[in-house]
Amino acid sequence: MFKDTLERLGLYAQKSINSIGLMMMMLANAAMLCFTPPVKVRNMFKQMEFVGIQSLFVVVLTGAFTGMVLALQGYNALKRFGAESMVGPTVALSMARELGPVLTGLMVTGRAGSAMATELGTMRVTEQIDALSTMGINPVKYLVVPRIVAGILMFPLLTVITDFVGVIGGYLVGVKLLGINSGVYIGRTVDFVTIDDIAMGLYKSLVFGLIMTLVACYNGFYTTGGAEGVGRAATTSVVTASVMILISDYLLSSILG
Amino acid sequence: MIKIRNLTKSFNGRKILDGLNLDIEQSKITVIIGRSGEGKSVLIKHIIGLLKPDSGTIKLDGVDIASLKERELNEIRKRFGMLFQSGALFDSMNVAENVGFVLKEHTGLQDADIEKIVREKLVRVGLKGVELMATDELSGGMKKRVGLARAIVMDPEIVLFDEPTTGLDPIMSDSIADLVLDTQKALNTTYVLITHDIPFTYKIADKIAMLHEGRIIASGTVEEMKNSTDPVVRQFLEGRAEGPIKVY
Repeated sequence: MFKDTLERLGLYAQKSINSIGLMMMMLANAAMLCFTPPVKVRNMFKQMEFVGIQSLFVVVLTGAFTGMVLALQGYNALKRFGAESMVGPTVALSMARELGPVLTGLMVTGRAGSAMATELGTMRVTEQIDALSTMGINPVKYLVVPRIVAGILMFPLLTVITDFVGVIGGYLVGVKLLGINSGVYIGRTVDFVTIDDIAMGLYKSLVFGLIMTLVACYNGFYTTGGAEGVGRAATTSVVTASVMILISDYLLSSILG
Repeated sequence: MIKIRNLTKSFNGRKILDGLNLDIEQSKITVIIGRSGEGKSVLIKHIIGLLKPDSGTIKLDGVDIASLKERELNEIRKRFGMLFQSGALFDSMNVAENVGFVLKEHTGLQDADIEKIVREKLVRVGLKGVELMATDELSGGMKKRVGLARAIVMDPEIVLFDEPTTGLDPIMSDSIADLVLDTQKALNTTYVLITHDIPFTYKIADKIAMLHEGRIIASGTVEEMKNSTDPVVRQFLEGRAEGPIKVY
């Protein structure tokens, strides 16, 4: 019994180390191929449209309601200390430093990460990736590089939009619904939020973009086991990327202050 | 043209190829036959460098494919075309984009020239007016034809076929056999096919090689193989359940 458990743990550890190694090799390979001509600009724009433009609706919705609920809860808490004027900075700081990048990361992972893993997984099991190789086309350069570049570029842009919409949502609830003075709300927000707060969120989102696309590409690219394997790749991608985003968020918050 | 020597490959401790030797002649149709799971696809993937052998060599005009680096492999792969069992057509592209894809990637040809070549190749495989069709609108036979058009679009020296008649009815299989013969004659290309379709093999093969237990156990012309006294070859060609090959 104990031996079996130990053996299973050993196998799991071996598999995990193997996966991490392969993922890092894929990243190194992609980083090298990214600057090797010819650069696949059309593919990059296609992926940027997929990750960025097609995620707009979901991040706007997420940002708006997060900002609104933050204002509502912040108001209820701060009112007890007579500090209603601090609702604006509370919303803006929370959005810029934490909720903007993290929620954008999680929402886009759910939408685009699963789709990426599914697409690449299907290409793997239907031999389309092998077909690319037989044509003398490097599949990492053709499929993985554009997706990683799109993730790194689009996540910060989407985070800016989430932050902005969140602040507007907070303003509408705080000022129009709860009656906080508009000048006080804006003034306090401008006083307390610095460019460093916004930059911190953007650095985080850049890392989250890399995590999401790398995890999805890795799981899709190395899919085995037919249709079931494709489903597993999509689920694993979303779960792994989401957990990695949350862990790296804590680490980045510690490092960036 | 292609000389395979002492090729071995194992997966999870199970030996699939076990010291395989095979010569593939230029401008001929070589058909590799064998039971499902015997390693035919593994062999063909070694020939085009998709898999690396545990040991052994695959020499194309004296160059060992197994020892090439990715960049050199990509160069040598331009001399190949490959038709996959499922067609492996890119489902994000229509028929014309699929066939013209490799031209777009590897040549500086203008779109109009690519369109012209694509049309020519599609006519060569017996398809007209399908350029704008999505791949999921194609029948099994049409997928194979489009896959073949894509495989020959760069006029390769060698074309590999992975089970070209699997999933097709006998009439469609026969029409694919005619297509293989027509295109090979017209382009004077080296064709290497793997299949377990015996009537198809008899119709097209210049040379048949039988893969069994990781090795080529017999090879020769259609007549030579038909007259083989090897009980394993006879059992397979006659499609009998009884014999030295055990059915599990």
